[in-house]
Amino acid sequence: MLQATALIGIGLMAAVDEIVFHQLLAWHHFYDRSTSDIALLSDGLLHAAELVAVVAGFFMWADLRHRNIAAPRLAWGGFLVGAGSFQIFDGLVDHKVLRVHQVRYGVELLAYDLAWNAAGIVLLGLGLILIGQAPSGNLSRSSRDAAE
Amino acid sequence: MEQHIQEVHSSLLEHSGGWSIMLLLLIPLLLYLAAAMKEHRRQQFWSRLRSLSFISGIVLIAVAVSPVVTSAAHHDPRAHMAQHLVLGMFAPPFLVLAAPITLLLRTLPLQAGRSLARVLRTRGVHLLSHPFTAFALNIGGMYVLYLTPLFRLSLSHPALHIVVGVHFLASGSLYAWAIAGPDPAPGRPGIRVRTAVLVAGIAAHAVLAKLMYAHLLPAGTPFSPEEVRDAAMLMYYGGDVAELLLAVALFASWYRRRRRSRARRRARPVLVVSSARP
Repeated sequence: MLQATALIGIGLMAAVDEIVFHQLLAWHHFYDRSTSDIALLSDGLLHAAELVAVVAGFFMWADLRHRNIAAPRLAWGGFLVGAGSFQIFDGLVDHKVLRVHQVRYGVELLAYDLAWNAAGIVLLGLGLILIGQAPSGNLSRSSRDAAE
Repeated sequence: MEQHIQEVHSSLLEHSGGWSIMLLLLIPLLLYLAAAMKEHRRQQFWSRLRSLSFISGIVLIAVAVSPVVTSAAHHDPRAHMAQHLVLGMFAPPFLVLAAPITLLLRTLPLQAGRSLARVLRTRGVHLLSHPFTAFALNIGGMYVLYLTPLFRLSLSHPALHIVVGVHFLASGSLYAWAIAGPDPAPGRPGIRVRTAVLVAGIAAHAVLAKLMYAHLLPAGTPFSPEEVRDAAMLMYYGGDVAELLLAVALFASWYRRRRRSRARRRARPVLVVSSARP
């Protein structure tokens, strides 16, 4: 269950990044001159994994629903953990380590970077709290399910 | 003057080529619909959605090779890219999801059906339809076209342009079949390998599109930098949409199989009871 909705979380967060920040706000650039070929490759792989993750996640979730073993709290927990982890990964590895592109151009970056990663930490934290609160039966059932 | 005549000549060739290819497309379409109708007459179920999918695939190809698009593709790299996207990535999933080989196996005369099934089981077809092979032919073909002088050559040689188009359609269909085709594919690897190849394919496509954007590829064309960048962006986002389609097809088939096998497991005890009765 966590797997399924975490995949949806990762994929949707990536879609939000793509649609809101690249297309609507045009803060991010499609490509900037400092992007190395290695960064381009990792960006491509990440992009591909996100696209497939969201589709796989939705069908895995549909499968759980069909078997009546979907637990909402755990599902939301997984979703938020996926979304938060992606946000932090994007903020640290893509923007800072690989420097694929920056949050915004022509501005003092520090505040934007902090806000970006803080948002990720909040999402991740909320997700972990939700998972912690889930009735323990759900967790063991979902782990048994994974072993199946 | 002579060059002008040559240009008129080649565009005439291309125009008549476009129309005759469109007419040629009627052959598979009519054959498919006739076979589907035959199934209906025999009270065999053949999903209308499959027929609709085949019609959509053929219509997409027809639009892509229509003289209007082909002549636009001559002087605009965006039209050129749109044509390649439709032939190589949008039409193939529709054709493959129409399960043409299943329909063929069902409607061919017994002897011919058996020979076709035998051919499908040969080692050559196994190798050719393996996701790795399909990946190499499809994505590899794109790299060769856009990173070598092949693209520039195809602009001035209509016949080469047609060969490139046919390669896009054939390798794109092979890839879609290997990843998500409902047709029987004996010895096809499981969902993990196919998902991995799909991810690799999307990544390789996205990387190529960004390389073309960054380095203004294909090189040596008469197009302006803006046009080339627009074409690369179209390739990136258009490819995404097409690959999303393929991913949905792959996981939908996984989901359906799981539901069906659960239903079968639930049904089994009932079957045992009923067969125990005299």
